[in-house]
Amino acid sequence: MEKRDVIIVGGGPAGLAAAVQLHKKGVANILILEREHHLGGILRQCIHDGFGLSRFQTALSGPEYAARFIEEVKRCEIPYQTDTTVLEISPEKVVTAASREGLVQYQAKAVILTMGCRERTRGALGIPGERPAGVFTAGVVQAYMNLYNRMPAKEVVILGSGDIGMIMARRLTLEGAHVQAVFEVQPIPSGLPRNIEQCLNDYGIPLYLSHTVTQIHGDSRLTGVTVSQVDEKLRPIPGTEKEYACDTLILSVGLIPENELSIDAGVQLDGRTRGALVDEHYQTSVEGIFAAGNVLHVHDLVDFVSMEAERLADAAALYVTGETLADCPLGIRTDENVGHTIPQRVSGKADFQLSLRVRRMMKDCRVVVRQNGQEVAAKRMKKALPAEMIQFVVRADKLVSQENLEVSVEC
Amino acid sequence: MLREFTCIICPNGCEIQAQLENGVLTSMTGHTCPKGEAYVRQELTDPRRNIATSVRVQGGELPLASVRLTNPIPKDRIFDAMAEIRGISLKAPVEAGTVVIAQILGYESDVIVTKSVALRG
Repeated sequence: MEKRDVIIVGGGPAGLAAAVQLHKKGVANILILEREHHLGGILRQCIHDGFGLSRFQTALSGPEYAARFIEEVKRCEIPYQTDTTVLEISPEKVVTAASREGLVQYQAKAVILTMGCRERTRGALGIPGERPAGVFTAGVVQAYMNLYNRMPAKEVVILGSGDIGMIMARRLTLEGAHVQAVFEVQPIPSGLPRNIEQCLNDYGIPLYLSHTVTQIHGDSRLTGVTVSQVDEKLRPIPGTEKEYACDTLILSVGLIPENELSIDAGVQLDGRTRGALVDEHYQTSVEGIFAAGNVLHVHDLVDFVSMEAERLADAAALYVTGETLADCPLGIRTDENVGHTIPQRVSGKADFQLSLRVRRMMKDCRVVVRQNGQEVAAKRMKKALPAEMIQFVVRADKLVSQENLEVSVEC
Repeated sequence: MLREFTCIICPNGCEIQAQLENGVLTSMTGHTCPKGEAYVRQELTDPRRNIATSVRVQGGELPLASVRLTNPIPKDRIFDAMAEIRGISLKAPVEAGTVVIAQILGYESDVIVTKSVALRG
């Protein structure tokens, strides 16, 4: 069996950034396995701009952002194989994949999981009604329009205020479709404020909060949807139903880390993120298997994906050169305002980047990290939104003991 | 008069309050960087936006190459710009960075390709 120091599963932004950083650290015996025909992952269809402000201090489109890493991969002659789908990763780090040449197997010292995420679908919401054509997730519409030159819609209703849904509302409008409205079941938008402004408000597309689709109508093609207001427990309120005639319903109702391969490898998942439980080295519960990017937790910005994968690569480079990564016995607990943290375990002996999301909107608050009740790190926020990932560094020299850390948000 | 803006320059999306008297800006709060202030001043006088779309490619491994503007153009000219871009068709291979329309609608903004498309193999 062919041996590799590192196999990277997925050639999207996380996998590409990890590969380039590993190469910089002197790890050359790498292989990126990508199931699509091209490297770049979902960025290839994200043609809008606004990527790269943190990582490159300039606004790029998705394809340009990806190209910066792809060119680097090619320049460094980092091996990659496209049209190759990984089928299985064993806890012993044997990676099995289906490629153009048939089944291939590699024995890796370390495996980096960078498979990204997928969209929640109609099935996950359980919307009652008929099953006509014309119900798509936002990313599927994005692929039709931006990759395959297909226009899938004329009269559109969007359910969910995720960023991709809002970006497709604008894209569809530019291409001549009529987007009637965006409905969001929650009382606050799930996407970024700038997208509400530049994708909806700019084009006069209304956003209705605390509303959801309660019926889908149509035989072969969608003919309309019923929309209802919901109460504070998100239950539809009888008597508030309104009919919207449309040929297309677009769902932008959340993303789920794509972890089927991780589960088979024995990697333990966090029920909150639906990604792996990781320590400060981004190492999962299986030694030598690492994870970063949207497969670990859904990010708001690709810049943070790249930077997370680069930190992962620093640790993975040490691991494959035989260094022992510090044990991480300290857990990170959260209060009811915090949805999750990455990492979930730390050593207490090194500085680490803490990433988290809040559960509800809070103004003029502080995110506080405590140990034995004592404050060891904090970040002041003018406004904390569930739509935004919050990140800051926790310094090891501020820690006061070998006890667990507690993260809370205080107003 | 108080006007509120959501800054679109970066993902922070600052909420900026601008105080106007007889249409003249007198004070501003809520922005966290100079770009936010510049954004509001621009919005008050001449709101501009960038757009991203695609152009057809003949003989390429992909049917489309994505494009964007190098500088934002007035918001009310976006659909005029779309109409002009829609008329473009390129021959593969296409290189990212290629200018396909220089100074669209006479503005200091070029339409550039953002994705290279190789010849169909």
